[in-house]
Amino acid sequence: MDIPPVPVPPFARRDFLQRTAFLAAAAATSPWRLLAQETATLPFANGERPLVRYPQKRPLLRLTSRPPQLETPFAVFNEGPITPNDAFFVRYHLPQFPTEIDPDTYRVTIRGNVRTPLSLSLADLKKGFEEMELVAVNQCSGNSRGFFEPRVGGGQLGNGAMGNARWRGVRLKDVLEKAGVGSGAKQVTFNGLDQPVVAQTPDFVKALDIDHALDGEVMLAYGMNGEDLPLLNGYPLRLVVPGYYGTYWVKHLSEITVIDEVFDGFWMGTAYRIPNTPGACLPAGSAAKSTVPIGRFNVRSFITSPGDATTLPAGREMLVRGIAFDGGAGIREVLFSADDGRSWQAAQLGKDLGRYSFREWTLAFTPGVVGPLELKVKATNRLGESQPLEPLWNPAGYMRNVVETVRVHVAA
Amino acid sequence: MKTRLSLLLCAAALSTPGFSKPLKIELPPETARFKPGPGAELATAQCLACHSAEYITTQPPLPASFWKASIEKMQKKYGAQLSPDQTQALVDYLAPSSAAPDKK
Repeated sequence: MDIPPVPVPPFARRDFLQRTAFLAAAAATSPWRLLAQETATLPFANGERPLVRYPQKRPLLRLTSRPPQLETPFAVFNEGPITPNDAFFVRYHLPQFPTEIDPDTYRVTIRGNVRTPLSLSLADLKKGFEEMELVAVNQCSGNSRGFFEPRVGGGQLGNGAMGNARWRGVRLKDVLEKAGVGSGAKQVTFNGLDQPVVAQTPDFVKALDIDHALDGEVMLAYGMNGEDLPLLNGYPLRLVVPGYYGTYWVKHLSEITVIDEVFDGFWMGTAYRIPNTPGACLPAGSAAKSTVPIGRFNVRSFITSPGDATTLPAGREMLVRGIAFDGGAGIREVLFSADDGRSWQAAQLGKDLGRYSFREWTLAFTPGVVGPLELKVKATNRLGESQPLEPLWNPAGYMRNVVETVRVHVAA
Repeated sequence: MKTRLSLLLCAAALSTPGFSKPLKIELPPETARFKPGPGAELATAQCLACHSAEYITTQPPLPASFWKASIEKMQKKYGAQLSPDQTQALVDYLAPSSAAPDKK
């Protein structure tokens, strides 16, 4: 697995500018240029995004190109509860990751406080451990950040940095038990093949508490919806942490280390932290006094049809549909309102694909009065947790889960 | 076209048991650039050393204090090497481009 050469020598201005000129010249003649011309506009200031086709992907909303961050067009979520691999969002933190990976030579190591350090190939994982499958949502911590008011800095995402897939792989628990976790183990850290450009930038390493790592649900996944993982989603192996934000789902997973302390690397100790308050919420514009690492998803639900700005015929019954999910308790109820939340109607829940999956819902609805109309959806999970009618705010723009509103027009 | 063909071939090879070939992709070129102006060259040299321009150009209007804090984060946490003069020049370049009033 070759790590590609550093595309830009650190702080070597002349080389860099030459390379920039080269890239611009290449872009002018490349077929990619033609593919990058279509755009989508997210409904917030500065929300125009090119739709770009990356390898193994259909055209997706490109947020950034180096490293790649691609958002799923929202209409995809109306196609079914499983997000196709070629539409699944992409989020890297560090620009140096291999664009060529040999599955025969790929290894993941298990080290640290274990009795027997291991170096496992994909074949070792597939033959040495029981295979499991689980349908689970992956969602970026900052999904929907662009809708925060007041606006906050960071990746300006619409609602498309989420997806639901059937993951296939082995239990992290089984692999750790084969290595033999030593006494006094507190956490397990996870590193992938992605690397920073300059040595001072912290490598992207994440940690889970040892009990979480051994819960039998956290997976080392090599399959996604019946295929290998797309390269940009972590081929050939990624961590799957059901119910937890995508920041923990380390891609191109290569090093698993059992440690005796709480890991305080940048991506746990400084980044991806939320206010230690109910709902991770703060008064708009204020700073947190105390923070904790981000954890499980809160409850969310979306109307996927009709879409925003659709015109609906008055007096004709139609099917409203959407999805709901939470951090793993499972969705108990989805409610729909067409009168600004004064009254709510229970939707019909679709097939249960597991408590970590998108849950589809539908509801028959007949628009009445001609004019503008707001449709709202609110889900509740099996713990009784639901969604706020007014958005919660935090400085990093994480965990948005307000009751969503679709604005339509009813015509005679 | 060549890329797509080779991807198809790779996919076919990977689905055959006992025979696997490396998966290789080619990323589309990076095209985003900073808008011209005083400081654009500095931003190109410094910011684009580690990431593409959209990290900045997709931000909403944000106050100068946000950009100052961001640049300090790049220095202290990510290892960007900037003199105080360069820091100020970058804030001056980035903040008006988003043109939000600074509340401080």
